[in-house]
Amino acid sequence: MSQELLDYVQSGSLKTEAPQFEIGDTVDVHTRIMEGDKERIQVFSGTVIARSGAGTSEMFTVRRIVQGEGVERKFPLHSPRIATVEVKRHGVVRRAKLYFLRDRVGKAVRLKERRMDTKKK
Amino acid sequence: MAIGLLGRKVGMTQIYEESGTVIPVTVIEAGPCDVLQVRTQDRDGYEAVQLGYLDRPRRLARRSERGHVAKIESKRSKRRAAAGIELLPKPDCEPKRFIREFRGPIDGVEVGQQVAVDSLAEVGSVDVTGTSKGRGFSGAMKRHNFAGQRASHGVKKCHRHLGGTGCSAYPSRLFKGKKMPGQYGAARTTVRNLKVVRVDTDKNLLVLRGAIPGPNGGVVMIRETNKL
Repeated sequence: MSQELLDYVQSGSLKTEAPQFEIGDTVDVHTRIMEGDKERIQVFSGTVIARSGAGTSEMFTVRRIVQGEGVERKFPLHSPRIATVEVKRHGVVRRAKLYFLRDRVGKAVRLKERRMDTKKK
Repeated sequence: MAIGLLGRKVGMTQIYEESGTVIPVTVIEAGPCDVLQVRTQDRDGYEAVQLGYLDRPRRLARRSERGHVAKIESKRSKRRAAAGIELLPKPDCEPKRFIREFRGPIDGVEVGQQVAVDSLAEVGSVDVTGTSKGRGFSGAMKRHNFAGQRASHGVKKCHRHLGGTGCSAYPSRLFKGKKMPGQYGAARTTVRNLKVVRVDTDKNLLVLRGAIPGPNGGVVMIRETNKL
């Protein structure tokens, strides 16, 4: 009963159409950034390596390599600051957390592409 | 001035503001409460309103609890009636599980009146009083935020000890109020000046910014804040 009430309070803060993506996908995350009075969209692209939490506190982690250095950013999924999450490519993965990518360098970072038409029966 | 309200802590969660800021909130299922008694300056020497929250089934309620909310015939009541003593007004509601008094002005408050969350809709901030989670007999580190001792450099078997407790030959005793290990928690605690984020009159919910004392399901008293 108490969980239902918490869900009810949360429901106003949840996105009705939460961004759809999966672990291993290469995504472009569009974040709204306030610069003075102006709003600007910043894009962060990389591979989704983890999702954590539930409800309003759900987060996802995106990893990319910038100038040979691994960069990870964690985004709140339901935050109004996250404008859109665009899926560029699907990756073939067999686990929910891709932390093994952190130990890989160069070509080994790549994930095999999963074609959407082969997924359908 | 709102009287106050009794409620149960539902739990904590977080919600987003439109700007994208996260607010940590506590959800309280508050009221509706019945006014069981009104304490007056003339009769009781102080002014307060007694509220009752949640019904206690009649089969479990003691006679005194049932008699508190409704008129019950007894030898004593008959004798008192015969002597011309007037009975206190009764709210005529179900027996209550939780009864608490709220000090404050009693203008326009009547016995039997219902108080719900909408009474707190106009209130900006509230104070919440409850019983904190019991932590049992706790050490000085947990209870008083002492620093403890080092993990290495010759510290032996007293890494979480409180250290020295005072001087030696003079004063040859411990000063009163020295912070030491002991019972921690399970005590009446008040958190003041919590902002009201949302009031839901349909589901009797009160959403406050910040944490309140006690476990989920614990009963709390909610009052308009006295902090300026």
